[in-house]
Amino acid sequence: MSNINWRIILNHTILLIGVIFMSLPVWVAFSTSTHSAETILREGLQFWPGTNFIGTYREVLFEQGGVMKSVLGITMLKNSMILGIGFAIGKVIVSMLAAYAIVYFRFRLATPLFWIIFLTLLLPLEVRIIPSYEVVAGLGLLDTNFGLIVPLIASATGTFYFRQFFKSIPEELLEAARLDGATPWRFFVDILIPLSKTMIAAILIIMFVVGWNQYLWPLIMTTKEENYTLVIGIKQIYQILSEGGELPQYQKAFALTILATLPPVLVVLFFQNWFVKGLVESEK
Amino acid sequence: MATVKLKNIKKTYPNGAVAVQGVDMAIEDGEFIVFVGPSGCGKSTMLRMVAGLENITDGEIEIDDRVINKVSPADRDVAMVFQNYALYPHMTVRGNMAYGLKNRGLPKAEINQKVTDAAKMLRIHDFLDRQPNQLSGGQRQRVAMGRAIVRDPKVFLFDEPLSNLDAKLRVQMRIEIKRLQRKMGVTSIYVTHDQTEAMTLADRLAVINDGRIEQMGAPIELYNNPATLFVASFIGAPQINLIPVQFDGKNLNSGDLQFSGFKDLPENTDLILGIRPDVLEPNNDGQLEMQVDLVEQHGAENLVYGALNGASTTDGYITEICFKTNQNTQPAIDSILRLHFDQSHAMVFNKETGERLI
Repeated sequence: MSNINWRIILNHTILLIGVIFMSLPVWVAFSTSTHSAETILREGLQFWPGTNFIGTYREVLFEQGGVMKSVLGITMLKNSMILGIGFAIGKVIVSMLAAYAIVYFRFRLATPLFWIIFLTLLLPLEVRIIPSYEVVAGLGLLDTNFGLIVPLIASATGTFYFRQFFKSIPEELLEAARLDGATPWRFFVDILIPLSKTMIAAILIIMFVVGWNQYLWPLIMTTKEENYTLVIGIKQIYQILSEGGELPQYQKAFALTILATLPPVLVVLFFQNWFVKGLVESEK
Repeated sequence: MATVKLKNIKKTYPNGAVAVQGVDMAIEDGEFIVFVGPSGCGKSTMLRMVAGLENITDGEIEIDDRVINKVSPADRDVAMVFQNYALYPHMTVRGNMAYGLKNRGLPKAEINQKVTDAAKMLRIHDFLDRQPNQLSGGQRQRVAMGRAIVRDPKVFLFDEPLSNLDAKLRVQMRIEIKRLQRKMGVTSIYVTHDQTEAMTLADRLAVINDGRIEQMGAPIELYNNPATLFVASFIGAPQINLIPVQFDGKNLNSGDLQFSGFKDLPENTDLILGIRPDVLEPNNDGQLEMQVDLVEQHGAENLVYGALNGASTTDGYITEICFKTNQNTQPAIDSILRLHFDQSHAMVFNKETGERLI
């Protein structure tokens, strides 16, 4: 009896240490963001929340010159949203269609093509960033959402997940649908998409977070301040803060960081049920 | 309603495996045909070729005198019931049944009418708004049949539809399928490996072995008059008794046993004597002697199993023998019985070729 209790206590202690280790920096960043610039400069990082919460966040989000010369925090938030959502939806659509072709159409090169797609996992964006930039710039798509999102939406990971999922759907469903007179397109829309709902949700969530956190690509694709995403904003604000002779506005940098982590956290919190279902559910 | 003709159809898979090697068959309008055979004999492949789910390597399939080799499955006007039901899991029963009609662009009211009618016929109208995972196996199977019926197809195809059901339900559904088919008069092809199902359902039965039709005919005809050793041993439960014998010009000999009254058989050839368990009866003057080792009581009848004394076996195993008797005959274990058979009921096969000689 006492043996088991000790084990539980030990386990929970380890887990608690892990939780503190992971969340303490976030807490400190949040607390510090609610203090005034003077306090931070005088006393360093703050563990307990201060009184300046509303002031700092309003300035960051809604006031021109609050964070950067012209762009508002809320605009960067919007830009990040567009990138995250567009990125996620684009990836789901493209990878679903690719997996559909690979699994259900028996063309000769299906398997080699799949492995080629799979191999592109070894070629991250950073490797092809110059040519990609050239293409987008050549098309005159710099500083547009289209140019920001479309070059990123091909996804080997997504294709792989959907391929595995489609392969687990019994062949008879396809055959029944063929006898029922479903065209390939109807089969995709009427049968495959509804069956993949949880899978789509899981991939949307993962991809939203990945898209939201993109840094390098938006950095070189956007030249105007009003197209900056939050993640770029964080980087820029430190630069701005350390220049000039004013008092460094660390609380604003921290506020921006907290704002940048918030949407992905919320998405995962709200959709975690779907997310888990999509990854483990096997009922078909 | 339609006729179906298979003309010398062949199926070779890309890896070179031959599944069907030249099958000819003419199916009459409204006939219930059953393909029966061991697993891997090509029966499902043949069915799937009719459905259009497998390419036809060679030969022609006609439905109502129209060659359908190149016609897409949807346009062949056939409906299929799958072994694992293959219901669309995310659609209601109604949605499942209506899907084929919707794809054919029928007006909503008509679809509704047809679905309701079919559901009533199958007694699933109370479940129309449920999803397949809320139904029992038997109900799912009914929905799968409903999906076929609403289409009002020329041909029904059944691919071992009852294999996933428990024994009791299987018998019920078997009877129901037969009734339904009678009532609707739709030409049907039914694939099974269960010979009882095959015997009871079929107007005509095709016994398939190794991609070929061994024999085709009415079930009772195949039972009484099998053309080959394979058909004789595949049709009938319990299985036919097979005794290895040789002919010496006058008698069939197997070790110490002699069976007289046979003629015109090749000498010095390995032959097989086949006797159905239901033509054997205990009789002190019988030609066979058996040592009982098991009595299976089936209620109205008993099956008595044991070793056949005196028979020679090439492989050294004891020749098993079984006979069917009424519930009151219950020989003791290890007792010795003599069994009689009327030699007009005996069959003789060539062991090598399987060909029936008498």
